[in-house]
Amino acid sequence: MHSRKPFYIFVFLLVVLGLSSSIYRGVEHRVPFLPGEQVNTWAIDAKVSFIGQGGESEVSLALPEDPAFEVLLEHTTSAGFGLSIMNDAQGRRALWSKRAVLGQQDLYYKVTLVPTGISRLAEEIEPQAPEAPVWAATEQTAAQEIIDAAWERSGSNLSYARQLVKLVGTEESQNLALLLTAQTPSRLFINLLAAKGVPAREVSALFLEDQRRRQQLVPFVEVYNEGEWYLFDATSGKEGRPENLLLWERQGKSVLDVIGGSNSQVSFSMLMETRPALATSIDMMETTQGLDFSLYQLPLEEQSLFKGILLIPIGVLMVVFLRVIIGIKTSGTFMPVLIALAFIQTTLLTGLVGFLLIVACGLMIRSYLSHLNLLLISRISAVIIVVIGIIGIFTLLSYKFGLSEGLTITFFPMIILAWTIERMSILWEEEGAKEVVLQGGGSLLVATLAYLAMSASWVQHWVFNFLGIHLVILALVMLMGQYTGYRLLELKRFKPLAGE
Amino acid sequence: MKFAWPWELRRAGVLNMNKRNIDFIGRYNPRKYYQRVDDKLTTKQLALANDIAVPDLIGVVQEQHEIADIPEMVQGRSGFVIKPAKGSGGKGILVITKVEHGRYYKPSGNEVTPSEIDRHVSNILSGLFSLGGKPDVAIVEGLIQFDPVFDGYSYEGVPDIRLIVFKGYPVMGMLRLSTAASDGKANLHQGAVGVGIDIATGKGLRAVQFNEPIEFHPDTGKRLMDIQVPNWDILLTTASSAYEMCELGYLGTDMVLDSEKGPLLLELNARPGLAIQIANGKGLLPRLKHVESLGNKFMDVNDRVAYAKAHFGAHADS
Repeated sequence: MHSRKPFYIFVFLLVVLGLSSSIYRGVEHRVPFLPGEQVNTWAIDAKVSFIGQGGESEVSLALPEDPAFEVLLEHTTSAGFGLSIMNDAQGRRALWSKRAVLGQQDLYYKVTLVPTGISRLAEEIEPQAPEAPVWAATEQTAAQEIIDAAWERSGSNLSYARQLVKLVGTEESQNLALLLTAQTPSRLFINLLAAKGVPAREVSALFLEDQRRRQQLVPFVEVYNEGEWYLFDATSGKEGRPENLLLWERQGKSVLDVIGGSNSQVSFSMLMETRPALATSIDMMETTQGLDFSLYQLPLEEQSLFKGILLIPIGVLMVVFLRVIIGIKTSGTFMPVLIALAFIQTTLLTGLVGFLLIVACGLMIRSYLSHLNLLLISRISAVIIVVIGIIGIFTLLSYKFGLSEGLTITFFPMIILAWTIERMSILWEEEGAKEVVLQGGGSLLVATLAYLAMSASWVQHWVFNFLGIHLVILALVMLMGQYTGYRLLELKRFKPLAGE
Repeated sequence: MKFAWPWELRRAGVLNMNKRNIDFIGRYNPRKYYQRVDDKLTTKQLALANDIAVPDLIGVVQEQHEIADIPEMVQGRSGFVIKPAKGSGGKGILVITKVEHGRYYKPSGNEVTPSEIDRHVSNILSGLFSLGGKPDVAIVEGLIQFDPVFDGYSYEGVPDIRLIVFKGYPVMGMLRLSTAASDGKANLHQGAVGVGIDIATGKGLRAVQFNEPIEFHPDTGKRLMDIQVPNWDILLTTASSAYEMCELGYLGTDMVLDSEKGPLLLELNARPGLAIQIANGKGLLPRLKHVESLGNKFMDVNDRVAYAKAHFGAHADS
């Protein structure tokens, strides 16, 4: 007996590959693991307005960059302006330009953002340690006292920042009050950090609130510590990232630069939208070219075709299980799967009733045909034509009676039905009606179970969106092909042989 | 309780369908030799070449137009059997036991019209009874004059003897007797009686119908345990030599006893069923394992039969 080890290794690899690719799909592309999941997205409008002075103008607006949000869609409206989106050391920026600009101008940048759930601000390159700031003579002592006190009570850059932000935010001492007369809290915080060589930068953030208009960016401070930026709000003295905060500009640069214009300002309005998580992740893949090798790039018609085809492995798995492990007999190995596919189109009850009606009528017609002594091929051909006729009549009748369910029985595979009728009729002649009911019933039972498995919405969701699952099914089918144990129904069959 | 526990069956050495398929049929029956048993015409020709007795071959119908030749073929015979060469499970076998003035009668006495025979043969040729619906040929065979020793043991049908031959060793035997319930057919699931036969002696061991032990034939009332199959050694030798003939390791042989010609090989089966275990009240596995443990030691047919009688008889240990 040759070793089965390579076989089990192969099956194991299939399972691992299938599961890991599915998990990758779910985690990396954020395809939801359950159907019908919803996700909140944010639609944000940035409105840049300024007054042109007649000459040429150049407007540069920082675009959002935040690992906690991913851009789903973005577009700009700007009558008459040339536009380019730059992505360089300055970060991502939109650059509008126009030769002659006079009077009030409004430029719009619209973006739809999807939360990623990543709240860490990882940084690969360690920033340069800042130079110590030069304080004004009056501030020197005050600053030094604060720095020394905070440094004393801290063990690391981060805890130093925590000590400082508390002081700056609460503004209890006279020293701080003095310093804050000359600098904004954020600026002061950064300078105090810089005094000890701790890298920090001012960033501009936006609080996301549904249906808000004319919102402004608020300053936050990012402090670098061991490969990560930590967010501080110097004004309130709080550490950490508030929920629904979007970091708009993170390079420490200005958000808006306008050359050749005055009274420039940017304001934001926003709207929360609820979208299906699946559609969102597909759109995301489209923008990030993650779509390269997947079914989503097929035309919709082919996609829906594949949704049906990819259910077949589930039906096949059911049949293998019911036959190899349970031991149910069916007439025609995979006929139940085809019937189950038809049930999906017709719904179960209509399908069962339709199937029984067609087969019953077919058997009656077939018994007449058997008197005619036809050759097998032409007899089955006749049955096929008759089956089509029966289906036509049923469909028409149910339409006349206003039963729309009846219209769906056209989905039955007619050639399969004709063969079923032929086999059942032979079975009837050879072994009697009881056997017909038994075998037909077995087939319908398996078809019903296969249908129930195939029509579960999460099954349909998984087989189409997580193709790796098919490798797992393949592995299961192969494993069952090696099963040498007793089938469930054999336990009953061989009961008389069980030892006393 | 209606279900047995799996370990109870394992302890009893019951062979199951999956294990049969994978560990015995899959491993010992090379695919390329299947045709030798799946096509009864080939089996017949092989048997004749190997001096194994088979029922008379009256003729073969290969084309639709040859159907018309059947009456001429069976001229002067009191009865005949039409069967598909590639049929399975006894499907498509038509037995005519009486021919009178050009009219045909089944064992039950029901008449079969010539056009019904034509249609039956036409169905056979179209492949209705063959595996996968492949086109087939119809074999016309002589009727078996079945041995009167079984009189009263079988209702309408011919009793046949099924032996499981593993690597050339007959390991288990069963006599199948048709009943009124089985409509003259010898299939156990249709209600035929299965009688487990002692490999050493050819005596009946126990009998079952519908999985239930019975003592008397339900139609004739004869005591089934009294059965003694005559010519038992010839039967064993014939079955055992079928191994050399078809080179299939796990084999079911079906034989009948003809009153004049003795045991005749009816057909071979590369996928014999498991009901024989119920008829014998014993699992097959210990005996199959026993044969496997012998390795590839060479023994000729007579040695194998002697070995099987010594080790697989009702009074042997294993």
